Amino acid sequence: MISVQNVKKIFQSKSGKITAVDNVNLEINDGEIFGVIGYSGAGKSTLIRMFNGLELPTSGSLNIVGKDIAKIRGAELRKARQEIGMIFQHFNLLWSRTVRENIAFPLEIAKVPRSKRKQRVDELIKLVGLEGREDSYPSQLSGGQKQRVGIARALANNPKVLLCDEATSALDPETTDAILDLLVDINKKLGLTIILITHEMHVIQKICHRVAVMEEGNIVEIGSVLDIFQNPQESITKRFVGQVIETEETKETIANLLGKFPQGKIVKLTFIGEAAEQPIITRLIKESNATINILQGNISQTHDGAYGTLFIHLDGTEQEITTAIQFLRNHQVGVEVVAND
Amino acid sequence: MIETIFPNVDLIKAWEKTIETLYMTGLSLLWIFLIGIILGLLLFLTAKGNMWENQWVNWIIAAIVNIFRSIPFVLLIVLLLPVTKIIVGSIIGKEAAIPALIIGSAPFYARMVEIGLREINKGVIEAARAMGAKTSTIIFKVLIPESLPALVSGITVTAIALVGYTAIAGVIGAGGLGDYAYLDGFSRKDNDVTIFATIVILLIVFIIQFIGDYITTKLDKR
Repeated sequence: MISVQNVKKIFQSKSGKITAVDNVNLEINDGEIFGVIGYSGAGKSTLIRMFNGLELPTSGSLNIVGKDIAKIRGAELRKARQEIGMIFQHFNLLWSRTVRENIAFPLEIAKVPRSKRKQRVDELIKLVGLEGREDSYPSQLSGGQKQRVGIARALANNPKVLLCDEATSALDPETTDAILDLLVDINKKLGLTIILITHEMHVIQKICHRVAVMEEGNIVEIGSVLDIFQNPQESITKRFVGQVIETEETKETIANLLGKFPQGKIVKLTFIGEAAEQPIITRLIKESNATINILQGNISQTHDGAYGTLFIHLDGTEQEITTAIQFLRNHQVGVEVVAND
Repeated sequence: MIETIFPNVDLIKAWEKTIETLYMTGLSLLWIFLIGIILGLLLFLTAKGNMWENQWVNWIIAAIVNIFRSIPFVLLIVLLLPVTKIIVGSIIGKEAAIPALIIGSAPFYARMVEIGLREINKGVIEAARAMGAKTSTIIFKVLIPESLPALVSGITVTAIALVGYTAIAGVIGAGGLGDYAYLDGFSRKDNDVTIFATIVILLIVFIIQFIGDYITTKLDKR
């Protein structure tokens, strides 16, 4: 179990003190994929860098691999770091080393004998799917392949924790998904805890079990990914959830439709888990006298289950519309009337 | 052929002088490489935001480097005569130039080493720290290999400047092609000797440049 208590980080700069992380408390379970989301400047990068002591907290404690990273120094800290792998947005591979040599680097640091190094590197190359590229230099690899090398390197010393610092932010959407799949695969196979920071809700939705939302150095909301999607409390969380389920395109369509259908109501339905798999709309059409027009829909798969949104237009008498909405509410569907504004 | 164009050139003597130049350049280059890398590493590591951040040490090394880089080489030889006398035991001959050559060029190379090190992606150093690397591991397995092309092209530039310095040193008694061109050429008004020595120096410079460029491209996998 990872436990972060009252962690604060204040940077001194010429223009005064900057509080990057302000009193953060977190508990992360072993084997969990935990995401931290926030816009740039929210302090998430500083926070993750404190997990392996690249940045030392001004106050507070970080219990990561059975040790308080904030307290240990020197050889003890270096030893602890070997149990905490890290991957980076810009991969940070050594250009002067081949794929094989890059992956062997942490093994050299841990003083693993040469014969065992070769064997371990071969295992890792297979694990991340880089067979055939062993002797290439990083400059000959694509972004996705570079990140695979980064992952293999981070896993070389069998860490208990993997830190991902915006690990997919420099990759295109398809490569991002492939790397995320690899992370899930590793999480399942090796049972290691993954802590990742990102500004993309898509990443959280796709692989995280729980998520913390950061704003101005504080964690403003935390919970299971499905809960956060289902019931975002803070406005920043709603914006992040909106990234996945309400694209710009959707917003435009809605605005258009509101103009087109001045009568009746446009309703946003949210389905979670089982409800997402029930034929609710069919039953609504059968049981209600209101006219139902399906406008736009979307289903997102999270770790805990599916999460769907559907925009429909209801027309009819006031009574018919109210009954229809009541029917939906009774069937565990989230209903939100999209107002003309 | 050579006798007709360069009637006053004694080929055996010219060869000896060439060897002297190569000896002075080579031996001082070895020391410059070592001292330059050490000073360059210290300049880099003690700079703000780096592993051994120390404003005072950084300032002192930078001051020493800047002072010795700024003294004109001819004056440096003269100023260093007493030191040379103690270290080498003589102030003439090919060995006599070496302390001045080292002290005059090592600071220059140290700056180039520092620039090379500063160009290393900071993220790579951070990645090594995140893996639990010691500073010595970072120096030998990250800083030096990742800046190697810059270190080699820097030493190439330094070597070429050094060939020029040996010629200056030659004029005031240090031996080598400069000494040959000045004493046997200029002083006796045998211009063909001066021109011949110049051509040999140019050849040495071209060869150094060629080898340096070749190694730099071979090393650079970026």
